[in-house]
Amino acid sequence: MPRNGTDDVWLVVPLYNEAAVIADVIEHVLPVFPNVVCVDDGSTDDSAALAESAGAVVVRHPINLGQGAALQTGFDFARQDPGMRCVVTFDSDGQHRVEDALAAVERLRAGDVDVVLGSRFLDDRTNAGWLKRVVLRMAIAFTNVTTGMRLTDAHNGLRALTRESLGQVQIRQNRMAHASEIVSLIAKAKLRVAEIPVQIIYTEYSRSKGQSLWNSVNILIDLVLK
Amino acid sequence: MDSQIGIKIVLIAVVVIVALAILWPGRGQRRVALRRIGSILLVLAAVAAIIFPQILSSIAELLGVGRGADLLLYATVLAFIGFVLMTRIEKRRHEAQLTLVARAQAIAAAERPWESRG
Repeated sequence: MPRNGTDDVWLVVPLYNEAAVIADVIEHVLPVFPNVVCVDDGSTDDSAALAESAGAVVVRHPINLGQGAALQTGFDFARQDPGMRCVVTFDSDGQHRVEDALAAVERLRAGDVDVVLGSRFLDDRTNAGWLKRVVLRMAIAFTNVTTGMRLTDAHNGLRALTRESLGQVQIRQNRMAHASEIVSLIAKAKLRVAEIPVQIIYTEYSRSKGQSLWNSVNILIDLVLK
Repeated sequence: MDSQIGIKIVLIAVVVIVALAILWPGRGQRRVALRRIGSILLVLAAVAAIIFPQILSSIAELLGVGRGADLLLYATVLAFIGFVLMTRIEKRRHEAQLTLVARAQAIAAAERPWESRG
């Protein structure tokens, strides 16, 4: 029996110490996406409990393993649901819009692509600072060169993947370099990819804990020393 | 060409051999066996060097290194670098294994809403 709406979609939300915003984020997405799994990556605050009482399914890593590992755990969890047709990865800090996640699912449902990647550089809704722009452009250039893909945004946390393509994406980079790793796995598996414009909402909160320049250095070194 | 060309060749060769030993896609048993043979040879060489310290000096001279002590220092540095790299790889493997265990535990403990949906 075909399911209607979005109840064949699992929203995968990696969660690490976001107690300030996680309840809001979950309450915001649940009316649109009834299946939300938060993978709590060993948070030291009460993020996991807050996510659970907001209505998400919470999968708890017993120790902190990194965001890449959390995403893979979410994928493995979602694949156990026989009714799952696709997953959407969604950040826990409130910087993604539900409308964009829905647009990604709809793009996937058109049937001509296996993976939809969000890009903040396809339109001008996102206001990133110039330094962040430069760093992100470098990451994109690096990813495009190493994977042979033509993407406009490499480190966007909003992605949608079909059940079939999930089987070919096994993230091994536990730490931050997983974003580039996902792209390279997609390229290796020759999956069909579409980019859609998404808006990243940079708030005071997300800015205060966003990826620093130092972290970009770590990502590059992780990638090279794989 | 300088007089230390001998030691330079030896040092580079050791670095390459260490790199190969790390990157070689060998199966477990062969790797363990090779490591044990290496350890035994190392012990024998150490004993020989203790009983006949002049061996070290003459090898050093042969390679263009001034003294046996210098040769020993070079060897120690190389051994240390090899140890660091080996440890790094081990650590990575342990991390990967730990991730799999933690993931399995996390998923097993999670609720499965589709089962109650009927």
